[in-house]
Amino acid sequence: MLQGLALIFICQLAGETLVRLLGVPVPGPVAGMVILLAGLVLAGGPGESLRRAGTGLLGYLTLFFVPAGVGLVTHGSRLATDWLPILAAIVVSTLSTMLLVGWLVGRRAPPEHGPEPGPGPGPGPGPGPGPEARRNA
Amino acid sequence: MPEFGDIWVYLAAAPLLWLTLTLVAYLGGVWLNRKLNGNPLVHPVLVAMLVLISLLLLTGTSYDTYFEGAQFIHFLLGPATVALAIPLYDNLRQVRELLWPLLLACVAGVTVAVGSAVGVAWMLGGHGETLLSLAPKSVTTPIAMGIAEQIGGLPSLAAGIVLVTGAVGAVAAGPLFRLAGIRDERAQGFALGIAAHGFGTAHALTIGLRAGAFAGLGLGMAGLLTAFLLPLVARFLAG
Repeated sequence: MLQGLALIFICQLAGETLVRLLGVPVPGPVAGMVILLAGLVLAGGPGESLRRAGTGLLGYLTLFFVPAGVGLVTHGSRLATDWLPILAAIVVSTLSTMLLVGWLVGRRAPPEHGPEPGPGPGPGPGPGPGPEARRNA
Repeated sequence: MPEFGDIWVYLAAAPLLWLTLTLVAYLGGVWLNRKLNGNPLVHPVLVAMLVLISLLLLTGTSYDTYFEGAQFIHFLLGPATVALAIPLYDNLRQVRELLWPLLLACVAGVTVAVGSAVGVAWMLGGHGETLLSLAPKSVTTPIAMGIAEQIGGLPSLAAGIVLVTGAVGAVAAGPLFRLAGIRDERAQGFALGIAAHGFGTAHALTIGLRAGAFAGLGLGMAGLLTAFLLPLVARFLAG
């Protein structure tokens, strides 16, 4: 797990360094994600340690948003004046994006083949999303 | 015996207090969410934000003081973003048979997500930094915050907007797909991942595992595309 964590930190460090060297306006961790993805493709997949570290981090991903989210407290006056444009933009943009993407992919996708890779969504109360189901909020 | 006020002065100055309260508020949110059968509007993050913001306002604590403790949690966003490469790699094989429709839908989806958000807010009189903070609203929070910072928006405002976007997407998905006749699970999942990031991905997993995998893919692709394109577009528009 520690090796995996070190590998993730190294990728982030490499990403931060790279975007500063090249002067490209991309967040360092995003560059780190691309570096790790390229490494995974070359290596043919993550090792045990990396997968455990990554799964561990992503399992608590939603927690890591909290400190930044609390920062809304500093935007009280902005929210007071701009709440309508913000809320309207969120609703219109989210619904239209979901509709467009679903339609585009659904139109072009060949019929789904094979059974569901796992227990399908049967009727009645299912087990619901596990803790990992909401890991990427 | 020291007065409670004296102890409070000591505790309020140490990072441990707000670090602990952040964890406890989040755990309280997880508990409440389970009690209400995973209602997406009662997401642990939203609950924790509400509790902590109320506490800050009630105790008159500044966000800077809070952040001195909470920064240790905030720091882990970076490594977690890097770790998104792992689910992205896991889903890579599924992409091949649908590569072109997915790429086209991703580009179109990201364009509409950014364009309509900024456009609607602008028409309704939104201001400069508000618009820049709305632009990355559909991508996963760590990426959205990074982008908002890059293009001159407000990362914390962007984070709040992203979280509300996710809740709206998860709540609207079922009725929307029924009305539009979108039945393909891959299409539903991918649309949720593109429009509503991790919140949408969590919701897609309740539709099925295949929908969940495609949502994770959409989340990663939209995040990458937005992260690379939006700062360039913003720089072009500003220059």
